[in-house]
Amino acid sequence: MKSFEYSAPNTIEEAIESLGNRWGETEIMAGGTDLVTSLKQRITAPQRVVSLKNISTLREIHESSDLIQIGAMTTLADLSNHSTIQKHFPSLVEAARSISSPQILNAGTLGGDLCQRPRCWYFRNGYGLLAQNGGKSLIPAGDNRYHAIFGNDGPAYFVSASSLGPPLIALGASVSVVGADGKSRQIALDDFFRIPKSESERETSLKPNEILTAIHIPLSGLNNSVYEIRHRHGLDWPYATAAVAFKLSGSKASDVRIVLGHVAPTPWLASKAGKSLEGAEVTMSSAAHCAQSATQGAKTLSGNAYKVPMVKTSVKRAILIAAGIQMKG
Amino acid sequence: MAKEDNKPLDSGISRRGFLKGVGAGTVATGMMPGLAPENAQAAESAKIQGPGEVPITLRINGRNRRVNVEPRVTLLDALRNRLDVTGAKKVCDRGTCGACTVLVDGDPIYSCSMLALEAEGREITTIEGLGTPEHLNPLQKAFIENDAQQCGFCTPGFVVACASFLEKNPNPTREEVRSGIGGNLCRCGTYAGMIEAVLDAAEVQKGGN
Repeated sequence: MKSFEYSAPNTIEEAIESLGNRWGETEIMAGGTDLVTSLKQRITAPQRVVSLKNISTLREIHESSDLIQIGAMTTLADLSNHSTIQKHFPSLVEAARSISSPQILNAGTLGGDLCQRPRCWYFRNGYGLLAQNGGKSLIPAGDNRYHAIFGNDGPAYFVSASSLGPPLIALGASVSVVGADGKSRQIALDDFFRIPKSESERETSLKPNEILTAIHIPLSGLNNSVYEIRHRHGLDWPYATAAVAFKLSGSKASDVRIVLGHVAPTPWLASKAGKSLEGAEVTMSSAAHCAQSATQGAKTLSGNAYKVPMVKTSVKRAILIAAGIQMKG
Repeated sequence: MAKEDNKPLDSGISRRGFLKGVGAGTVATGMMPGLAPENAQAAESAKIQGPGEVPITLRINGRNRRVNVEPRVTLLDALRNRLDVTGAKKVCDRGTCGACTVLVDGDPIYSCSMLALEAEGREITTIEGLGTPEHLNPLQKAFIENDAQQCGFCTPGFVVACASFLEKNPNPTREEVRSGIGGNLCRCGTYAGMIEAVLDAAEVQKGGN
């Protein structure tokens, strides 16, 4: 690890002032579960690390009748143990607990989950976020078994590593970001993630001197769930996940949102699939139909076609779980 | 230095100290007052610290330990290389295997993935703080009785993680134990013995024995 300066300011304003305006000059430390390893592996080598640990407001959770606001430094353990979150958002609890390492849940934060860098092995081995050599991505001809099947028109092929992003987007969450001018703006979480077009960009709409401060989730009574397909039920990232949220009136679904995880450079809103379930009765067959349409537009690479049936299965199962329908077989 | 608590660990001499042949004396050299920056305000908020060494105080197993570390030093490296607290092991050094597990304010974390500076002001408990060879805690005893280790390198991390799990889940099912220790890896594959050990220790703690 290269040496760096460190500061742990008490306020967001001081933290913003400590940040540089170019990526790579400074890095923000939340729980450190991703950053410390990235520093060791020299995936990033900042001159300064700015820790958010002393900014107590970033750990607060506020509730009103129609909204819950979660500070970005809330740990995944605190998130999954929070009574309101347990009551309204089983998808968030499941997504956090599926990370399954108590050590990560205790240190890792909600904001950190959304801002963690991709696990792409080209990126983690120093080939850059886009894994390009001479302007050409190494991934289509390389080992792409864990890479994207959506949003992979180039130049990005990695998949978003966020576990909480998909269920939060399904729930209509937004985030507060404080910018260099000290002012806070609110962005729909769906717009927070983006696919970088060049090596100088990152995977979110954050600027280098901006801080994600809070996540807002409307309390709108949506049924919600997440279904992950993973190799091992221990500390690892899933192959594919589906997060769903919808209002259930009788057995009919409305306000349907289906968001896929680990299959695209961002959490991937499967809007056609959502529409196919809109107004429909939730049954085994409508769930299967919706799941089929969630795979539309998938563009597989040489080694990742297996993710397509996983998307189908995870969407179907997530819908059935959210609707409380017992699965057969 | 008089205020420094540099007593050798537990039985009077640690394996590491023995290997060095000098015990705690080696540790003390790293903390000579002359090496500490004069400015006692170094811990002040918003102050830029480093990249050189920064004096910090870590509270480890109930004792305050002063040490100078660069900001880039992890809690694990500070414990092992600077403070001679070598129970937590360095294996993957990337937040995956759990051999470096310590408790911070009672919760298990990977000490390889936390900077030492981030641990200031927190209560750190390492395997050395859970029991001694003379006074094993019930979980350590149960690990021995259930032959829950082979090479033993992952064992301290497992014991710390399991101790925290048991404290939060005093009456666990086998399945809960399995998922509760999901943050640690054993390459010898002694999970079966470890799960038995946790279940046994739970019985002992409930007063069964």
